[in-house]
Amino acid sequence: MAKWVYIPIALVFAFALVLGAGCGGGGIEVGGSTTVQPLAEKWAAAYEDADVTVSGGGSSAGVKGVAGGIFDIGAISRDLKSNETDKWPDLIPHAIALDGVAIVVHPSNPIDNLSIEEVRDIFATGTDSTWTVVSREEGSGTRETFEKKVMGEEEISAKVEFLPSNGAIKQKVATTSSAIGYVSLGYVDDDVKAVAVNSVDCATETVRNGTYPIARTLYFVTKGEPEGEVLDFINFCLSPGGQQIAEEEGYISIR
Amino acid sequence: MSRYFADRAAKRLVFILGVSAFLILVLIAVFIFREGVPAFQELGFSLFGTKWYPSRDAFGILTMLVGSVVVTLLALALAIPLALGCAIFLAEVAPSRIRQLTRPAVELLVGIPSVVYGLVGLVVLAPLIADISGQGSGSSVLAAGIVLAIMVLPTVTSISEESLRAVPPQYKEAALAMGATQWQTIRCVLLPTARSGIIAAVILGTGRAIGETMAMVMVIGNSPIFPDSIFSPARTLTGNIALEIGHATGTHESALFATGAVLFVLVMLINSIGLVVHRRMAR
Repeated sequence: MAKWVYIPIALVFAFALVLGAGCGGGGIEVGGSTTVQPLAEKWAAAYEDADVTVSGGGSSAGVKGVAGGIFDIGAISRDLKSNETDKWPDLIPHAIALDGVAIVVHPSNPIDNLSIEEVRDIFATGTDSTWTVVSREEGSGTRETFEKKVMGEEEISAKVEFLPSNGAIKQKVATTSSAIGYVSLGYVDDDVKAVAVNSVDCATETVRNGTYPIARTLYFVTKGEPEGEVLDFINFCLSPGGQQIAEEEGYISIR
Repeated sequence: MSRYFADRAAKRLVFILGVSAFLILVLIAVFIFREGVPAFQELGFSLFGTKWYPSRDAFGILTMLVGSVVVTLLALALAIPLALGCAIFLAEVAPSRIRQLTRPAVELLVGIPSVVYGLVGLVVLAPLIADISGQGSGSSVLAAGIVLAIMVLPTVTSISEESLRAVPPQYKEAALAMGATQWQTIRCVLLPTARSGIIAAVILGTGRAIGETMAMVMVIGNSPIFPDSIFSPARTLTGNIALEIGHATGTHESALFATGAVLFVLVMLINSIGLVVHRRMAR
């Protein structure tokens, strides 16, 4: 008689299984860096041979996701870290584009140029009567590039607002007249003003020829050598057509 | 015979469901603490330091503990008078037609997703506060406190109103018969009689306030510092987890779970205090 009890429970589990199975099948899952996300979305929209789903979460989430099998492709906007390659030795990075990290201020701000040292001082001091400083959170690939290329040994002050995505930084800078922040070049538009760093504009040419000082390589990470539809998708992204899309989106092609 | 089976089956079913709710709580607690243990072991009391900079091995969460408490207190200070006034109005003063309109409106506030509150705070409130304070972007303890106050308002209002209505009508009638005015009756009879329910309402509101995450991340600025004024940004314990868990590995990840463990203990403490006070008052 006790078995009657288990029927509704079994039904619930069966239902959950069916639902779970429904979500798992078909298509390519790409996830990770919010810097790569807009580009990956454009590629996904242009790619016709498979359904590609793109999500954000940040570079580290991309690495964890692809290592754990949640994503087929993890998107990262920094190099793989040594503790990541130690933990998951079968991760393979594929360079997909170059990117600059632009220092952005409110469009009404008269400043056009800052030296690396000035930017470093502003972020080491934090928000004061002149600047409202906005930074990405710990673990962000954009932040890691910024720390490596700008901050060096210096630390970003705790008196800084921390926001969790390129979009949030851009929104904050666009609505605050005293704000300064940094975003991927692909996010720069008329809402914010990218200042020149060491008198070099942040632009496609200056990043590609290496004169703009805050630049980096973007990667797709796969677990083991990619094959099947994942390989086809990566090849599409690296093809002249795919790289053209990257250029149109404000990223820099790798060829 | 089949009625007997049905009865047994129903009993077992509700037993299993009831126990599973409790088990889920236990499992979550065990999981959070187990994941947090490496951070406690490795960092010890430095976990309660004042500097949070994971990539430079600084994992102090004291500023966020203070941030959470300060924002919650500010929210309660704003919400309690408003909620009490609202509850008294709904329970005692409002004509029934207005009550029929106002009460569902207050209750509807519960149903608005917290990210919407955050968005309104970000787009409307923060620029306003930036104008008033004259510096910064308006992301501040004040913005967070106001948003949070609105979020806990319905909880505190509806439970307070219920406990005001639960006061036996004889008390009120007696007070009025002795010549007390309506306000005197409310102040000296209804509020003292309903106080245990009102305190329960405030405690529940506190629980909701301290656990709120998404709206806080959007309006508080997330700076891991001690706020030195209501215009200063701050970071909450919940915000710390939400902001960084996607990126965290190793000690950093464990420190975030430790943050969760501290939050868990804090909420348990508040609820226990609430329970004790509630019992004392009820006696």
